[in-house]
Amino acid sequence: MTSQPIFAGIDVGASRTKVAILDAEKNLIGHAVEKSGTDFSATAKACLKISLEMAKAEEKDIIRAISTGYGRKNVSFITQETKTEISCHGKGCYSYFPKAITIIDIGGQDNKIIKLDEEGNRSGFKMNRKCAAGTGAFLEEMAPRLDIPLEEMNALAGQSEDMVRLGSFCTVFSATEVLENIRNGKKVPDIVKGLFFSVIQRVLEMDSLSENVVMTGGVVAHNPLLVKMTEEIIERNILVPEYPQLTGAIGAAIYAM
Amino acid sequence: MAEEKKPVRKKIKATGEMQRIMADYFYEMDDAAKTGKKKIAWCTSVGPAELLRAMGLLVHFPENHGAMLGATRMSTDYIPVANAAGYSPDICSYLTADVGAYMKGVTPLSKAYKGIESVPKPDVLVYNTNQCRDVQDWFMWYAKEFNVPCIGIHTHRGVGDVKESHITSVAKQMEALVEPLEEISGTKFDMDALRHTVSLSRECSDLWKEVLDTASAVPSPLTFFDGTIHMGPAVVLRGTQQPVDYYKLLLAELQERIKNKDGAVEDERFRLYWDGMPVWGRLSNHSKLFSELRTNVLASTYCNSWIFTAFDADDPFNSMAKAYTELFIVRSDEAKEKYIKNMMDFFKVDGIIYHDAKTCPNNSNCRYGMPQRLEKVTGLPSLTINGDLNDMRLVSDEQTKTNVEAFIEQLEEKK
Ligand code: SF4
Repeated sequence: MTSQPIFAGIDVGASRTKVAILDAEKNLIGHAVEKSGTDFSATAKACLKISLEMAKAEEKDIIRAISTGYGRKNVSFITQETKTEISCHGKGCYSYFPKAITIIDIGGQDNKIIKLDEEGNRSGFKMNRKCAAGTGAFLEEMAPRLDIPLEEMNALAGQSEDMVRLGSFCTVFSATEVLENIRNGKKVPDIVKGLFFSVIQRVLEMDSLSENVVMTGGVVAHNPLLVKMTEEIIERNILVPEYPQLTGAIGAAIYAM
Repeated sequence: MAEEKKPVRKKIKATGEMQRIMADYFYEMDDAAKTGKKKIAWCTSVGPAELLRAMGLLVHFPENHGAMLGATRMSTDYIPVANAAGYSPDICSYLTADVGAYMKGVTPLSKAYKGIESVPKPDVLVYNTNQCRDVQDWFMWYAKEFNVPCIGIHTHRGVGDVKESHITSVAKQMEALVEPLEEISGTKFDMDALRHTVSLSRECSDLWKEVLDTASAVPSPLTFFDGTIHMGPAVVLRGTQQPVDYYKLLLAELQERIKNKDGAVEDERFRLYWDGMPVWGRLSNHSKLFSELRTNVLASTYCNSWIFTAFDADDPFNSMAKAYTELFIVRSDEAKEKYIKNMMDFFKVDGIIYHDAKTCPNNSNCRYGMPQRLEKVTGLPSLTINGDLNDMRLVSDEQTKTNVEAFIEQLEEKK
């Protein structure tokens, strides 16, 4: 094993923990994603181990690590240096798309809209308000109501021919609406697509968008249809980085350089 | 964040004196309520206190009591009591906390001041709807409860330029309070007594303004969080001598700090303006959060709302009408924006934080596009925090923290 200097970004999200290992040229040479669970530190350790193996590197090769995300203060075993996920997502996305962009990040617990200028400096950001509507948690809540696995939502929504429109802001009210639609004999794919539509609506309500739009986050990574639907609504193409779920971790690793 | 430090928040030495005069204020009222020595009026925070004092009444401010419920983190326990009695969780959480606590026979005054068991029973309730309609509904509840009169002033809202017609209408309503107040207080109205309280209020207001203006110094000797505590005398004792004396003392201390370049937040890096209500149950958390980031939230619309430069002892009724209508909360968005822009310039801030308080739409100014418009005019960034003044069920500490840290990181990038 030849050791080379590496940089680690650890994104401890409320739902998933992501780790990215970059080499000195900013190449992504190792990464991992796991459910955050209840022991953030243990999960981060596990992710780091997988990432290091993938990078064919060892912990001692890490020049510097930065953590981000909801549990950013829980990984002192590797670093005490933290940055918010807002900055890290911005940094990560800008490394893929170095121009003025608006980033829509749909995560497990929260959504963000982040605006960067030509130089990659942030001009503003918004996080969702208290409610989970429009986040991954919303889809996680709805999947069991429809008796379908979360992973199948994207494929199911793709089969929809007559999307159901859901009107409510609130997750609990939406659940009632879903039940009502089931009772009225609506098809599951049409309801799932309606849920996707509702997620997109909640996000687009948060802020205006600039010309170039990037979408990231676990929900986007697992449901490419969401991107397609958003493109139709905003009537332009959306940029998606290679690993949409990892941009926060990648951004943290870039900050570590 | 990499730059995180142990917070160094400097304590204001005059605090002890403030606590003493606040204690005197509450004990005097408690004594009057128990012995019937003096009559007591309840008044809204920007109601006609000068008139009430001129009639020899002692004045209790339920909003101050509401804020105490919030600051002692009692409010969230009692809001549900009022909710269950039909007062929605979406309306003013001062109202719901105050009424809920009353229904349960509880007050933070008992904890702070030995021997005080309850809020002082009112002989009259006097409101001004200049700030919101909630105060009227709130006072009406107590009027029924205590079977005492509830009288008030209905002020125009969304006022652009304050015109003669606004002033005349409000002044007339204030004059109309005299007769019922004479009856309730048993005191004949005396114009000179009113001139005296108005002049003391003006003096208090001028000094309070000077105190707040010290925050324009770099580094600022004062924080917004200090301001929310030290404004107590300006709110509840205006029209008397005590706050005048107190603010002279406080001002001297702050001027000394300026002279020594002694900032309230050590190594002040960023300066911010706060618009909207404080989050009473999180004052100390927020103060710590910002000072750890070496950021001073140093000025606010809120603390400046007890500045009444129009008060004029030569023309008490008209000048009171003007002062209480000129207030920020009464005004149109256009007037509010001009005001905030001036404040941001004067205090040399790097950005502004809007608190969107769920239960106070009247003082959550970010809901109709103001942040976007002001960002354009000032070129300074803004952050909106969702929360509430008193209902901590509506506050997410983690969200606030991430938002604030991310905002500071944004300012760092710019520097
Ligand atoms: S202005 Fe807001 S906080 Fe004050 S009494 Fe009215 S609703 Fe309550």
